Amino acid sequence: MNEMLEIRNLHAAIDGKEILRGINLKVNKGEVHAIMGPNGSGKSTLAKVLAGHPAYEVTAGEVIYDGKNLLEMSPDERAREGVFMAFQYPVEVPGVSNAQFLRLAYNEKQKHLGQEELDPLEFKDLLKEKAALVEMDASFMARSVNEGFSGGEKKRNEILQMAVLDPKLSVLDETDSGLDIDALRIVAEGVNKLHDKDKAVIVVTHYQRLLNYIVPDFVHVLSAGRIVKEGGKELALELEEKGYDWLKNVKSEPPAIAGGQVVRA
Amino acid sequence: MNMELTSDNNSYAAAFRALRSRAHEPAWLAELRERSFELFARTGLPTVREEEWKYTNIAQIEKASFSPVIELNGAARIDEQDLAAATYEEARHSRFVFVNGVFRQDLSTSGGGIDELVALDFTTALRTPEYAGSIRHSLEEQQRNGFAALNAALFSPGLFLRFPRGFVATSPIQLLFLTAPANGERPASFPRVLVHAEAGSVATLIESYTAAPGRPYLTNARIDLVIDDEARITHYKVQRESGEGFHVAATEVELGRKSFYQSTSINLGGKLSRHDIGVRMDHEGAECWVDGLYMIEGEQHTDTHSVIDHRQANCTSRQLYKGILDGKARAVFNGKVFVRHGAQQTDAQQTNKNLLLSKEAQVDTKPQLEIFADDVKCTHGAAVGQLEEDELFYLESRGINPALARNMLTYGFAEEVIERIKIDSIRRELDRAVLNRLHSEFQIEA
Repeated sequence: MNEMLEIRNLHAAIDGKEILRGINLKVNKGEVHAIMGPNGSGKSTLAKVLAGHPAYEVTAGEVIYDGKNLLEMSPDERAREGVFMAFQYPVEVPGVSNAQFLRLAYNEKQKHLGQEELDPLEFKDLLKEKAALVEMDASFMARSVNEGFSGGEKKRNEILQMAVLDPKLSVLDETDSGLDIDALRIVAEGVNKLHDKDKAVIVVTHYQRLLNYIVPDFVHVLSAGRIVKEGGKELALELEEKGYDWLKNVKSEPPAIAGGQVVRA
Repeated sequence: MNMELTSDNNSYAAAFRALRSRAHEPAWLAELRERSFELFARTGLPTVREEEWKYTNIAQIEKASFSPVIELNGAARIDEQDLAAATYEEARHSRFVFVNGVFRQDLSTSGGGIDELVALDFTTALRTPEYAGSIRHSLEEQQRNGFAALNAALFSPGLFLRFPRGFVATSPIQLLFLTAPANGERPASFPRVLVHAEAGSVATLIESYTAAPGRPYLTNARIDLVIDDEARITHYKVQRESGEGFHVAATEVELGRKSFYQSTSINLGGKLSRHDIGVRMDHEGAECWVDGLYMIEGEQHTDTHSVIDHRQANCTSRQLYKGILDGKARAVFNGKVFVRHGAQQTDAQQTNKNLLLSKEAQVDTKPQLEIFADDVKCTHGAAVGQLEEDELFYLESRGINPALARNMLTYGFAEEVIERIKIDSIRRELDRAVLNRLHSEFQIEA
């Protein structure tokens, strides 16, 4: 089976306010999808709902991930099943070193999959290899998770976590925000190296900039909680040029997905 | 309160009479005990009507009929294993044991690089005029409440520790207080210790309280530290009384010129605990760090009252107390910092932060700063919060189960205090206590 994720008519609300108003999206293995849209369009909400953030209530619709009902799983189950979200604002966890935290998360997943857990020494080797992907120095491993990290270091640390956990579906929530051009390149190259034909990536971003490095197969534009336009990577460039204002006049075009596949614009 | 002894403090009166009938104490001490007991009989134990006890109701202590322990009690047989379990590894050659408040030379060990120190029970120490002066000085301190008065009236016999000039302890010194049921009674113990650290001495003290679970009991402890010029004392108080235990303790510290005192008070046990800690900075250049961590659950109650008194110029104080409360637990923190007239260049910081893990837990925190000098640097603050949903979600989104995620964040909250602890076995004990709160298996690796 080639399908990784199918979102059908997804509605979600926070504090009683509906943010997602009928999202339909299909993601196949090997694909990179970009979700773009103006502030407040619901793109970060979509990322958080996929990861299972408890503040958001799914009011309608369904999400099938790898043949399973994603919405029935708790956030930690989703993670162990291979869903990963890179946070826009990663959290600091004082008192727990990056290495401990990563090994714990790694072993939880291994345990879940019935695979071998690693002791600290074995894990160190794995971590060294993964850290090289995002050009992170060994000194970060002994430091508390994200504590005192700069914005760019936190984002790189997110991608390091992604590298260690080796997810099937990665959702990058505004990973480009607050990154300078060098950090952006490092992060994007990390993501690209981790990607393969059995995995899928959803990149949530306001700007086209990141998509120069992580080139999407499909671009979906969100406005007021719906996908209002879809296309290939050229759509991102178009948005960069025109901004989002012109979307106000574009009628939402659900269901944009006909026969399960988006036709490239 | 009335003058008459109620039936509840009859057992205290009986103990007092028994103690008085022993003739081997100097007249001034006999008088002091007399005065103290009168004060107790007159004022009784504090009530919630008193400002200092507003949030801590000790009616249960009043009601329980405790039996004061004033002499070596044969019935309190101590299992060597229990003792070993209560001993911190680093202090195994330098521990002073008290059972039900009574100093037990026979169970104590004094070697391992601390043989220069003087460790005598008060009765013996009082025969040396030099020591008697220090002891009298500490005993004649004003008694701030009924518990202090009761301790002064009933302590028996008390331990005097003296670190001679320039002494450097190579291992930490443990004051091990153990409560063991005696004759099926509910013991009330009145441990008392005076530590005199002479000029330039350096030592670490561990003051620990544990008990065999079972019956209710009362610990009413008083520890005085007189720290002379340029001496450096690190002090850990680890309170792990059993769930039936009532713990009331006072620590009074006097700091000499350019001396250094660092204390960390850990409160984990007890049904109800109260700790009064006072640091008096009467000489220039002294520095103190007064930290604490309380972690309670169920219906536990803990109360910390501290007074940091800057009486001379150029002294520094730092205070960081953190609290973790679950269930219906309740904590009180009242921290006073005084900067007296003329105490210029004082540098004082005070912080109390609390983490509530349940909706029913409650904290009353009151940092207080009173400044009577004009060229000082002082800050204080208090906070009460909960685990953040976003933080929990972050950990869970990495595959960590919710219980473990909560423990990790709780540990993260406590870590600021824990990381300053320099005794490995205490730090490990706390790591376990915090991380296993929800019975998870996570271990912090060194």
